[in-house]
Amino acid sequence: MPSTILGIIASSGGAASTSSYESIASATGTGSSNTITFSSIPSTYKHLQIRSIARDTNTNNDFSSIRIRLNSDTGTNYVRHLLAGDGTTVTATGATAQSSMIANGAARQNGSTANIMGVSIIDFIDYASTTKNKTMKAISGNDVNGSGFIRLNSGLWLNTNAVTTIELLTDAGFWTTASTFALYGIKG
Amino acid sequence: MPATYEKIATNTLGSAASSITFSSIPATYTDLRIVLTATYSATTSSGGQLSFNGAPSGTLFSYTRLYGQGTSPTTSINSNQPAITPADTSWTLGNTMPDFYTYDIFSYAGSTFKTVLTTNSQDYNGSGSTGIKVGLWRSTTAITSCVLTASVNFATGTTATLYGILKA
Repeated sequence: MPSTILGIIASSGGAASTSSYESIASATGTGSSNTITFSSIPSTYKHLQIRSIARDTNTNNDFSSIRIRLNSDTGTNYVRHLLAGDGTTVTATGATAQSSMIANGAARQNGSTANIMGVSIIDFIDYASTTKNKTMKAISGNDVNGSGFIRLNSGLWLNTNAVTTIELLTDAGFWTTASTFALYGIKG
Repeated sequence: MPATYEKIATNTLGSAASSITFSSIPATYTDLRIVLTATYSATTSSGGQLSFNGAPSGTLFSYTRLYGQGTSPTTSINSNQPAITPADTSWTLGNTMPDFYTYDIFSYAGSTFKTVLTTNSQDYNGSGSTGIKVGLWRSTTAITSCVLTASVNFATGTTATLYGILKA
């Protein structure tokens, strides 16, 4: 599956800031790629945050998710937990030896009512550490007036390398052109 | 050019009021975030409702929530609502226990429907609630005002702050 590589230099250019919360880069779906990549992430922050609105080209009418890989690691080195509500049932699940972390419910499929997007706020804690495994937290969801999904996700990457690349992959299909992903750095 | 994350306005009530309004919000940011610390003049079943471009009305809002009140977690859906309420407002106890709410409003000036993530933190020393919610406003109109409403008055000292977040 082709990937869109959007390096920091190529996609940066936002406002200069002197605050503790800075914009690093942003990217928009192309309709023909299933991956958004933030690469060459500097290690000058304490934490990272991604804010997104997302929809994929899957033609069904359901929620979908953002799958997250760090430093292009495709191995089964990820662990994840999920607390989920869909208006009827509360679910808590966990899994080890996964090939990605997930922001579950962070997107809608393209068979959904027009203009409805999934959203997420994804935090990566102490991402530049070279002594700790990396932990992620995501709050994500989507609502379509009569059904919906709200999720609290956690993820662990069993690797102590500093995170320099984050890949955001669809469950299926491609990211639509209405999808946007913004990466921020938080100073410590 | 605005900063990446900056305060747009703060409203601390000098006297009790039934609503707090942020108006004339510029379209120059990507997302909005509201932080509300609220107390109330009396027990209320509906505090911190959020509506856009006017007071709560109509049926264009809906939401899905997940919350816990100290026992089993609960999830529910509300469709065709006049506003988005925080994840759980049924335990608000007068003006001595502050409720803490956050509202993240995505792509508020964009052309898609507007989606919101909210959190609630309400603890009353023996009872309380915490939860998350996703809300939808089925309108492609840019948001230019945000209105926080309580079914009883917000008490003096209630504070709401509106932030703008700008992507690269």
